[in-house]
Amino acid sequence: MSTPVIPVTAGTPGDELPGAAVLGKISYRIPITYAVLALAALLGLVGTMIGREGVWSQETEFQSRYGDQWFTIPNFSVPSMLTVIVLTVVLIAAAVYGYLLTRDRRTAPLWLHIVVGLAFVLAFLTWAGAGKTSVIPVTSLLAGALALSVPLIFGAMSGVICERSGIINIAIEGQLLFGAFAAAVVASLLTAPYLGLIAAPIAGGLVGALLAWFAVSYQVNQIIIGVVLNTLVLGLTSFFFSTLLADNASTWNARQPLGVIEIPLLSQIPILGPVLFRQTILVYLMYVTVIVLQIMLFRSRWGLRTRAVGEHPKAADTVGIHVNKRRVWNTILGGAVAGLGGAFFTVGSGLAFGREMSAGNGFIALAAMILGKWNPTGALVAALLFGFSKNLGNVLGTIGSPMPSQLLAMLPYVITIFAVAGLVGRVRAPAAEGIPYTK
Amino acid sequence: MTESNTPAPESTPEQPASSPTADRGEDPRSGSAILRQIVGGDVVISILAIIIALVIGAVLIAFADEDVADSISYVFARPSDFLGSAWSAVSDAYIALFRGAIFDFQADTFNRAVRPITESMTFATPLILAGLGIAVGFRAGLFNIGAQGQIIVGAIVAAYLGFAFDLPPVLHVLLCVLGGALGGALWGFIPGILKARTGANEVIVTIMLNWIAVYLVAYVLTLGKFNASGTGLRSPQIGPNAGYPSLIPDFLVPGNTFRLHWGFVVAILATVFVWWLLERSTIGFEIRAAGANPHAARTAGMSVGRITVLTMVIAGTLAGLAATSQVLVDGGSLTAGVAATYGFDAITVALLGRSKPLGTFIAGLLFGAFQAGGTLMQSVTSTPIDIVFVVQSVIVLLIAAPPLVRAIFRLPDPDASPKKVRATTKEAAA
Repeated sequence: MSTPVIPVTAGTPGDELPGAAVLGKISYRIPITYAVLALAALLGLVGTMIGREGVWSQETEFQSRYGDQWFTIPNFSVPSMLTVIVLTVVLIAAAVYGYLLTRDRRTAPLWLHIVVGLAFVLAFLTWAGAGKTSVIPVTSLLAGALALSVPLIFGAMSGVICERSGIINIAIEGQLLFGAFAAAVVASLLTAPYLGLIAAPIAGGLVGALLAWFAVSYQVNQIIIGVVLNTLVLGLTSFFFSTLLADNASTWNARQPLGVIEIPLLSQIPILGPVLFRQTILVYLMYVTVIVLQIMLFRSRWGLRTRAVGEHPKAADTVGIHVNKRRVWNTILGGAVAGLGGAFFTVGSGLAFGREMSAGNGFIALAAMILGKWNPTGALVAALLFGFSKNLGNVLGTIGSPMPSQLLAMLPYVITIFAVAGLVGRVRAPAAEGIPYTK
Repeated sequence: MTESNTPAPESTPEQPASSPTADRGEDPRSGSAILRQIVGGDVVISILAIIIALVIGAVLIAFADEDVADSISYVFARPSDFLGSAWSAVSDAYIALFRGAIFDFQADTFNRAVRPITESMTFATPLILAGLGIAVGFRAGLFNIGAQGQIIVGAIVAAYLGFAFDLPPVLHVLLCVLGGALGGALWGFIPGILKARTGANEVIVTIMLNWIAVYLVAYVLTLGKFNASGTGLRSPQIGPNAGYPSLIPDFLVPGNTFRLHWGFVVAILATVFVWWLLERSTIGFEIRAAGANPHAARTAGMSVGRITVLTMVIAGTLAGLAATSQVLVDGGSLTAGVAATYGFDAITVALLGRSKPLGTFIAGLLFGAFQAGGTLMQSVTSTPIDIVFVVQSVIVLLIAAPPLVRAIFRLPDPDASPKKVRATTKEAAA
């Protein structure tokens, strides 16, 4: 402003002087992360070579059959050592390529992340299953991963809807739990699991409405309300669980599983077919939610207004958008989405309601949303990554692996820290997040 | 008192005390400010919030009671049955809550009668300490959800030092306390350094570290020395000199059964220390500056990264101290559930205490009392302790929204300027 000589260039990073040809420091975060993974694979390899007898003749068997299908890929075995060596070489190559890219100030493409992730996971699986009589069940590994991800994805979508419009939704946990509770109770009382699916979003929306009411009308710190609503829902559901539901479980808390709907043709695709298309309606609703939200958020009037309200409410207000009204409705909608996700714990999995059933999933959904940079697809990938690594730990625990089960159970959490510190780094929240709007 | 804040002419001397300055933490003169905070309008709001919360709790207790459910079927024929059973359900529960939390008037000895208040203080100790840690984080603009994990890791270290070594009195307990604090500090350091170096969001990292700590303690309990019993559930008991001494000395009370120990004194000292740190020290100034506006803090020459690491280490240390109050007791040992839900309750405590040391201390005492009372209530009546969570959260919600409490009781707004009144009427109309 003060010096008119400097040309106004768009997209100049904030910490650089405008106009000056000063380049920022190169961050080697991504190649370092790759290198750490490659090193881990290499160490595992060397350790195995020294430690085990007859490693060269060991094989790892993979299984892709899952239920009955028109045609199946038979179980196949790979020579363990050779596969791990090849994959380790791939990892090292990726690390070097990543370093070269970063040195030339180019960003590593998405496919490189995927290659590195796949190579590492495959190497790990091959290593863990080497010389075992049990097979690695690829399809059920993926199916379990999706099942663990469903509530996370719904929760993360809820977070995206709320936070894009400027309301911090820490109450995802509470919304999931209340959705699970409402779905179980309504489905049990009316012996109709599908009615549970209607009750769950209403319950979640109710929590969202409370959040919006306190955040917008009374301008209470949104983190306070979120944390407190979680406690409130936990207290309420646990209270009713140990009084009403426990006294008369057959009427109030009977299991009402949703039926599995198989999509013809698509469910016959080997490996992925049964994982993706032999599911309950709730999972299909999840696909629809993610796709619709991704399109709506960036391609519709609703999305533009939502983002405007979350980034610069004053500007939005100036052009006639009702900031607080938009925020209230989005928070209620977000709550409803999370509530629907909560139904997965009860009717979606065919279980009765249990105390503290959401078990911290709401917070992990929050983490997935931040990791996905407040984007529906990003959050989806983060939630799937989490669900996959969690199930990987479970599966390896059952087939027996060289690592103790408690350490395997840490896997998803360690991987998430890795992802956030190594790949994603500093993320930028919507600018007006958490700030109440008054004219 | 700024000139822009014009109190209404009919206001009593107390009313300006609850001015917004008290909320914003611009604490001018300590003693008078604390006094104002206590006698100001906040206290009235707090008491009313507790009353509303207890009423809501009463409705729930009556709703879930079986006698009440039986009598509601003929409520129009004989309403007295319904009201009577509801009254007895609610009053039984609340009397038990009071007897468990403050003073047991049905006890036969004086010791037993005053024991509940000491139990409340015992329950409050970890809540206060962990709550202080979270409060420090809030003041630096960090949302540290990791107290749970920090408590667990602190407990692992404290318990190990407690049972693996045999040292003289005082020295041993000091070593264990130090070790617990260091363990918590380590678990706080990780998110701090990751945030400072890579910008990793502390919310994600602390959530993940909580879970890692949960599995870590499960793993540690299967290891050699920790697993002396072979069950993998419980470590050996700590040594006789490793526990906090009882705060109420044996020579004062014959047959001493009080659990209250010197950990409570640590909590008091920590409260004073955190107050000094935040309000009087350079580091505290930097912490508050970084929390209020990190860009301004950086411009002023402060290293925000260093402050982030330091704040998380302090927070972890305090949570580690909270762990010592759980492990370093008579016959204490490490279990997987050593942290209970203290780490999460501490967030609510810090929020209720508005991230101020004294506020956190009082909030911790209140929650400790609910915990102690709820335990007795659950054992002598049919009301589960979960009702306590409901009451606690309603209290925090209402205290955070004074206008709602005023609206319920039709109270006037003490510091309403004409502009504010317009805003509220507009909202009411909308």
